[in-house]
Amino acid sequence: MLIIDNLKASIEEKQILKGINLQIKAGEVHAIMGPNGSGKSTLASVLAGRDSYDVSDGSVSFLGKDLLDMTPELRAREGLFLAFQYPIEIPGVSSTNFLKAAVNKIREHRGQDAMDAVTFLKLIKEKMKLVEIDQSLLSRSLNDGFSGGEKKRNEIFQMAVLEPRLAILDETDSGLDIDALRIVANGVNTLRNKDNATVIVTHYQRLLDYIIPDFVHVLYDGKIVKSGTKELALELEEKGYDWIREDEQVTS
Amino acid sequence: MSKDNLILDKLTSSEYKYGFETNIENDSAPKGLNEDIVRLISSKKDEPEWMLEWRLKAFKKWQSLTEPKWPNVKYPEIDYQNIIYYSAPKQQVSLDSLDDVDPELRRTFEKLGISLDEQKRLTGVAVDAIIDSVSVATTFKDKLAELGIIFCSFNEAVHNHPDLVRKYMGSVVPMNDNYFATLNSAVFSDGSFCYIPKGVRCPMELSTYFRINAANTGQFERTLIIAEEGSYVSYLEGCTAPSRDENQLHAAIVEIIAAKNAEIKYSTVQNWYPGNKEGVGGVYNFVTKRGLCEGNGSKISWTQVETGSAITWKYPSCILKGDNSIGEFYSVAVTNNMQQADTGSKMIHIGKNTKSRIVSKGVSAGSSQNSYRGLVQVLPRAVNARNFSQCDSLLMGDKCGAHTFPYIETRNSTAHIEHEATTSKIGEDQIFYCNQRGIDTEDAVALIVNGYCKEVLNKLPMEFAVEAQKLLALTLEGSVG
Repeated sequence: MLIIDNLKASIEEKQILKGINLQIKAGEVHAIMGPNGSGKSTLASVLAGRDSYDVSDGSVSFLGKDLLDMTPELRAREGLFLAFQYPIEIPGVSSTNFLKAAVNKIREHRGQDAMDAVTFLKLIKEKMKLVEIDQSLLSRSLNDGFSGGEKKRNEIFQMAVLEPRLAILDETDSGLDIDALRIVANGVNTLRNKDNATVIVTHYQRLLDYIIPDFVHVLYDGKIVKSGTKELALELEEKGYDWIREDEQVTS
Repeated sequence: MSKDNLILDKLTSSEYKYGFETNIENDSAPKGLNEDIVRLISSKKDEPEWMLEWRLKAFKKWQSLTEPKWPNVKYPEIDYQNIIYYSAPKQQVSLDSLDDVDPELRRTFEKLGISLDEQKRLTGVAVDAIIDSVSVATTFKDKLAELGIIFCSFNEAVHNHPDLVRKYMGSVVPMNDNYFATLNSAVFSDGSFCYIPKGVRCPMELSTYFRINAANTGQFERTLIIAEEGSYVSYLEGCTAPSRDENQLHAAIVEIIAAKNAEIKYSTVQNWYPGNKEGVGGVYNFVTKRGLCEGNGSKISWTQVETGSAITWKYPSCILKGDNSIGEFYSVAVTNNMQQADTGSKMIHIGKNTKSRIVSKGVSAGSSQNSYRGLVQVLPRAVNARNFSQCDSLLMGDKCGAHTFPYIETRNSTAHIEHEATTSKIGEDQIFYCNQRGIDTEDAVALIVNGYCKEVLNKLPMEFAVEAQKLLALTLEGSVG
């Protein structure tokens, strides 16, 4: 589904990604871990198409198409979803209106008719249960005055409504208390199926207790230095990132 | 050039879609202004002596005035002798039915999306259409007359309801009020007149549509609305003009009077030609709008969505004379490219327990300048006056400007006055967030701006609100920074 080949990217002349290689197949859950500043969020942003990053080398293929050639909105319509680390506030625009616009843009892209209001409301009612989000939150301005946990839950709610092929969760666990974490994880697990894939970008192993990854990758200094299964995450938790750092120095 | 600026440049170049010109024969006065022109206008209208005298008095006064220089706008000197002060579509004098309207004219209004036809009955809007200062058609006059409501052109009112006109004309905006109001008083050619009798709730929206068509023509219309005790009316005003390279002057007057417990809602969607991207052409919109809450418990509410004009200079105001009267002003002013706007409101608290509310939302894009200017004045007798003002500015790009000039004068210590102001930018991260959900940049801007203006748009009558939303999207198409 996603093939990243030797991806290099920089921001303001500073190289952050130094040759990422990664393959993700449908049905898989991948966790990307790494210390602060290793390039995790940059990878998520570059995949989503944020234009403050310059891609200097490498390629990314998404569902057989050149991802880097697409505008951010086109990537989204093709089925790529980013759950933001810091969801953005848009005053005056209700979550419902925002999502309706998004759903219909994606449907239009697929050659489907716009969803009527009744069907749409039914859809969001059903998805609301999944992340235990309150209806009143949806009629409020998007993320405006939401608590940290509400914002993160709202991201997963949007994901549930938009049903992406590939979801990238950027530090979705940060700032969540244990109940919210469980709710978010439960949402992600329910949405998981053989046709979609999930990338979990995280600093801590904690979320991976709830969402069991098929693969764990360690990102260090702009490169994936170690890949493994969920045991790798546990090992990291136990030994800390210094262990990778030392390991990296030995091998290089 | 950064990517944002490219988008900005590309999208702010969207065309003004009402810029066409209609080929209808005009009956015009020669260029320039003198006493003879004033007399000519009056005689064209077949006016009674008192009206001519009023005009001449105003003209005399105007000659002694100078143009105000305090607004935060810049424009070349206006040559008042190079303007045509009277132009009218040549057609039959009196129209008994819409079938008598020049077909070309009717096509014009169809192009503008205003149907003067029966379908308006379904949407419940009565229209007075004014082209080049002359009222060409007023719909539903008969139906309204059954309720005692008078809705007609100003000129008709001068002839048929002289007592009302003489009583109220100039009572809110005196003939010598300001330079442009005085000019209007001398040369106004037509306008709308509306009278709602005691206790009547006007069953439909009353609407006036203004269109400047002829070249080098100034448009000077007057609107007078009187709501008697306990009555209610909602009034809409829309405006467009052809795209021309030279500037056109629009100096109108709107006077409204609300008697005891009467309520008047006045909504404007102003979309005069704003000039091209380089700032060539466009309408100078110098308008005096003022409402008098004369009776106790009366209410006047101004709502405006201003997207057009090269220069806007207008301050719809309320004089809160009656005790417990309420004045409101809700405004969205959008400027793009080289447009300049200096707009706001005045709330004059005279009566006891008077309340006013000002909500102003400015949106600036391109190289435009957008100023809010407002006055809240509490006079000694106005015990327990309340005012709340909120002035928000939204900036797009780094070449535009937003300014706020709030003035507060209180002469009664029981007054409560609140003023809030914010300035924000449409953030790149907001746009990106929308993009990431599949919404392209143009739609994202429309979504964000509409969200920002929601409080004001909600005040517009339903039919107008939809039009206004589209207009906002059109005016700002993607001007992101």
